Amino acid sequence: MEQIGKIAAMTPISIALNRFGLGYRREDALPNDAKIWLKQQIAAYEPAPSALGGRSFGGADARSAVAETFAFRGRRDEAGTDRRAEIQQARLKNLRNSYIGEVALRARLALESDTPFMERLVHFWSNHFAVSVDKSQVPTLIGAYEFGAIRPHVAGHFRDLLKAASLHPAMLAYLDQFQSQGPDSPAAKARQQRGRPMRGLNENLGREILELHTLGVGGGYTQEDVKELARALTGWTMQGIPYADKARPQANGAAFFDWIHQPGTRRIMGRSYADEGERQALAILDDLAVHPSTARFIATKLARHFAGDTPPQPLVDRLADTFRETEGHLPSLYTVLVDAPECWVSQPVKFRQPWEWAIGMIRASGQAGQADRQFAIMMRALGQEVWQPGSPAGWDDREASWAAPNAILRRVEAAERFAEQTRLEDTRALAEAMFPGSLSESTMQTIRWAESNEMGFALLLVSPEMMRR
Amino acid sequence: MLTRRTMLAGSMAGASLAALGPKLAFARAASEKRLLVLVMRGATDGLALAAPLADPAYRQHRARWIETYADARKLDGIFALHPRLDEFGKLYADGEALVAHAVATDYRERSHFDAQNLLETGGTQPFQRRDGFLNRFLGLAGGGELPAIALASALPLALRGDNPASTYAPSPLPKASEGLIERLPDLYSADPQLAALWQAAQQADGIADASDMRNLARASDVGVLAARMLRDPKGARIAMVDLPGWDSHANQMGMLDNRFRQLDGLIAEFRKGISPVWKDTLVMVVTEFGRTVAMNGTNGTDHGTGSAALLLGGSLRGGKVLADWPGLAPQNLFEGRDLKPTLSLEALMAGAMAEHYALDAEKVMRELFPGRTARPVDGLVA
Repeated sequence: MEQIGKIAAMTPISIALNRFGLGYRREDALPNDAKIWLKQQIAAYEPAPSALGGRSFGGADARSAVAETFAFRGRRDEAGTDRRAEIQQARLKNLRNSYIGEVALRARLALESDTPFMERLVHFWSNHFAVSVDKSQVPTLIGAYEFGAIRPHVAGHFRDLLKAASLHPAMLAYLDQFQSQGPDSPAAKARQQRGRPMRGLNENLGREILELHTLGVGGGYTQEDVKELARALTGWTMQGIPYADKARPQANGAAFFDWIHQPGTRRIMGRSYADEGERQALAILDDLAVHPSTARFIATKLARHFAGDTPPQPLVDRLADTFRETEGHLPSLYTVLVDAPECWVSQPVKFRQPWEWAIGMIRASGQAGQADRQFAIMMRALGQEVWQPGSPAGWDDREASWAAPNAILRRVEAAERFAEQTRLEDTRALAEAMFPGSLSESTMQTIRWAESNEMGFALLLVSPEMMRR
Repeated sequence: MLTRRTMLAGSMAGASLAALGPKLAFARAASEKRLLVLVMRGATDGLALAAPLADPAYRQHRARWIETYADARKLDGIFALHPRLDEFGKLYADGEALVAHAVATDYRERSHFDAQNLLETGGTQPFQRRDGFLNRFLGLAGGGELPAIALASALPLALRGDNPASTYAPSPLPKASEGLIERLPDLYSADPQLAALWQAAQQADGIADASDMRNLARASDVGVLAARMLRDPKGARIAMVDLPGWDSHANQMGMLDNRFRQLDGLIAEFRKGISPVWKDTLVMVVTEFGRTVAMNGTNGTDHGTGSAALLLGGSLRGGKVLADWPGLAPQNLFEGRDLKPTLSLEALMAGAMAEHYALDAEKVMRELFPGRTARPVDGLVA
């Protein structure tokens, strides 16, 4: 009777599995030492695991995705009115198929990962540098973005992750950077001479880099800094765009085109940057990446993800200090998190988002066949369409955004469907492995009274233990 | 020993809505007023919605489409309503609906992406604000027993922010079995938060009564659901729905025929369902920007500026077209191509919402759409 009115305390092993990792995977051995297990994962992280199936996600792949978008537009615009709808439909079907396939791949990676703590961090960074597939060019670039640009850098320095993500074709397309044109660029002058309307500066990417990727709101930048960064970023475009075929290829399928670049020295956060073409923006990003405001902003977000919605200030301070001392060496930050007592409080500190809940479900069932093309559709029903946060701010990492009535109802439906497809001998043993020493009396009783293993598993999947971490 | 009986008793005690926390408890001081916001995403051609037939330049630009309006309802001496908006037209004739024309937000570029962001956040720069105007309005107007609700699978930007807001969408997943549903109060017996969420979920699901729907693909279903959610005494007071697919670059008239039919179906079902509280209901139908006056080479129109918005409601001073008509002669067009906006969409929305809820209009304007010079429109709601 003691348990009524109380949520069962989590043991360190349960915290390692669920708060840091992505949940227990069926038939895995439980770790002996929670902290050693997590630290080993930082070292053992594999950016290109075998689950990627040998597919490449490099610049050439991004380039061909962009080229295909423009080829499609050409086909559509040249077609007679009778064939346009058909061409448009075929394109949409392609985008949909490609998206659904990449979501299934992301789920399979999460299922098969032996370093689930690091896999969680891949998802964290992908959301920090959010793009959204409701923008038409993004669906075919999303694989190259997350698997080809984010994954290789989550165990490196923040500055390399920043440059790979913020200047990736997926981001340049998502925030319309490729359409931004320096008002004094050769391109603008040529347009002016021909009496054509100016295409101006687009500030979106400049603003998001300062506000969402690096310094954060209140990080000390002004609207003039936004403008200056936007000016420095002009010229950054994608390979595979017909009009930019003379642009210089850059990493990951990006390109730099002097023709649209705004000439001149830029001044950002009190520092001057000479006009050296693409190197101007790269130099600015290198400085922003190690700015004290960036350190604080990243520290706060990481702390919120592992220590609760209102992160304890001492932890934020330690993370920010480490960020500054190591110039944003990410594994050092992850080590601070593992060593932080604030991340090991025995009460759950986070409400699981639909994605982590669904991945927890698939790892518990251990059935790779469930990381299938239905997964994207299920995520939509659960209210978190993968890679579609609808805003460059990404998904919110606070309980208020997720602990909602409709969300619980859909989880119950999804859990039952999932459980019906899972073969289980002993749900109670699985429950004990998923939440070692951490099951509440009410959850144990409810599972014990379930009429079948499947019903028991469905209940376990929507239990209080599974809803939080 | 924990028995099934004591657990059930525990679940009854734990499952009060007040357990959701102070926000929801606060929101229980429910207003009787209802508000539905419908966003037509993709930029609706206001000139097709309410056609200025008396404007000679219109007849010139849209010569091939004029025939569509041959038997259309005349809204006044200038405008005719698209023939598929029959239900709306009846409400207009009854003085319970109006068309605002030549409206636009403060935004003067032509990106859907930026324009929808500005419309929803109420910011002055795209992506400058993270919360939505409708969420901020909740702070001024209060909610119902259920928080403000979007009929969608994810919360639209307009409803994101500090005030509680939720979503409801019919499920493509098979319904959970009775056997499972019965056991959930036991499972959540020691967990007040989940118990309360589960009870609220059952409540919303009961109000929605949507077992015959799998998604929101049919606009008339959206109208039915919105009415159920807002009508119920224990339901929501503010709801938001999306009607996408207005980006008519090609074969516009066929496409809009279909879209307006869907919009009208949504309005018809909503009006039918909301009848008991129609007097307390305001509906705002808005879009992010308008379209070019001229047709393009593919029987469509391209991204423009001024468009139209619709207001409906049992207490609306309707039956008129609200417009300071700029005319469509070349010298009157915005940047030589678009309907020039002469009415601020933000001022229209803020004015209507303030009057409907008897709030200070200047304050509503400041909180929802700061940094605009336009004064909130008055005289919209009786």
